[in-house]
Amino acid sequence: MIIPRFQVQNLSLERNGRLVLRDVNMVVAAGEIVCLLGPSGSGKSSLLRCLNRLTEPPPGTIFLDGQDITTIDVLALRRRVGMVFQKPALFPGTVAENIAYGPQLDGRTLTSDEITELMALADLPPDYAQRPTSELSGGEAQRVSIARTLANHPDPLLLDEPTSALDPAARRHVRGTIEKLRQELGLTVIWVTHYMEEVLAVADWVYLLLDGRIADEGDPEHLLGPESHHKTAEFAAGYLE
Amino acid sequence: MPENFPLDQLSRIVAALALVFLAAIISRWQKLDLEKDILTASVRAFIQLIAIGYALTLIFAIDNPPAILFLLTVMTLIAGYTSGKRGRGVPRSGRVALMSISFGAALTLGLLVALGVFQFSAQQIIPIAGMVIGNSMNVCSLVMGRVRDEVNGRAPEIEAALALGATGRQASHRYLRAALHAGMTPIVDSTKTVGLIQLPGAMTGMILAGASPLEAVQLQIIVMYMLIGAAAFTGLATVWLTYRQFFTANQQLALPSM
Repeated sequence: MIIPRFQVQNLSLERNGRLVLRDVNMVVAAGEIVCLLGPSGSGKSSLLRCLNRLTEPPPGTIFLDGQDITTIDVLALRRRVGMVFQKPALFPGTVAENIAYGPQLDGRTLTSDEITELMALADLPPDYAQRPTSELSGGEAQRVSIARTLANHPDPLLLDEPTSALDPAARRHVRGTIEKLRQELGLTVIWVTHYMEEVLAVADWVYLLLDGRIADEGDPEHLLGPESHHKTAEFAAGYLE
Repeated sequence: MPENFPLDQLSRIVAALALVFLAAIISRWQKLDLEKDILTASVRAFIQLIAIGYALTLIFAIDNPPAILFLLTVMTLIAGYTSGKRGRGVPRSGRVALMSISFGAALTLGLLVALGVFQFSAQQIIPIAGMVIGNSMNVCSLVMGRVRDEVNGRAPEIEAALALGATGRQASHRYLRAALHAGMTPIVDSTKTVGLIQLPGAMTGMILAGASPLEAVQLQIIVMYMLIGAAAFTGLATVWLTYRQFFTANQQLALPSM
């Protein structure tokens, strides 16, 4: 039997007296890109945050390569499960300093070659290394945040709407970067998005969350195809809120 | 009234009241709507200070360590309560304030006594403790509020750092430094300009009471040094105790709004 990279089993989560996740079950195989869809407040981000324990899940509900993530050292888990947020949230300083941050926490100093390599992975020109992060455009900042996350050599990678604050050209560029990462590094990716073109272009599997529950799942072409009567198609057409 | 509890300055106090009435008249004339506050504040100041005057006279007369410690405890509790109220949005702010102020004040006063700068007598320790605890209270309120604002305002950066494998302390380090800096700046600045812009209270009081200016400045120098120390100790304790309220044992950011 192949052990999935991530397995979520009967995950329910309460925040401030409200159930934000209800009995969620999800399987993500190694090397897969899985997209999480759903309206705002449906629990997509809460689910993603549980996967690297930025929010604590109940024990025995999430397994990474077969191991209950609540039994893994939380800092080691987060180095292994990378996360890119909607806002790049770069630290003051240069691009290179941002990229070197994660390894530095682990007592590792990146060489300038390693930094250049990470920048190339995120489609950043090498002369950006010494640029202050305050001078970057939104798309550039998001690519720096991707390079910063990749510096820890994560697998899987969690993406929390990384393109939704960007203009269409920057969004296409960042999406291209992520597709390239999957091809070059074989990364497993769990991607929260609400852009259907992203889903159709990259997803191997789709989960639709409604009110904290998995309401639909399947192959994106099947769920979103012209003949589809699936809830995901209704959501994509704007009929579900 | 006993002989050693004299109120021989009452006529001067009554004369000084003229200033309060003038302020109230200005408030009424300019429609500031402050006259009630001015009068209440003046009455409160009169009652509180006369009461503490009698209390101190009593404690100076007793002058034994348990009584001194009791009064210091009461002062610290009031300071902790007041500062804790200012820390809205900081979980367990009352406890944080009380512990920070106790730490800062105890360390400062302990060092002053241990180094022989002051004796552990009621007449020396209580006025000094008043300054130290009051100053610690201000620093604590300032730092607690600043840590709260930084952690709330910088939540995305802090979570980005946590997601890269940082502990809560590592993730918030640079913002905590800003908070400590903000807490210590007022006393450092007023130490820089002391004597140039204003003559501080302790010194003014000594000169008015008939001490020579040189005697007065020596005490004032000690006071300024002591307040810098108290600000650093209290500020550090406040930063240390406050940021921990925003992180769980599993290095998760836990804002009350989340």
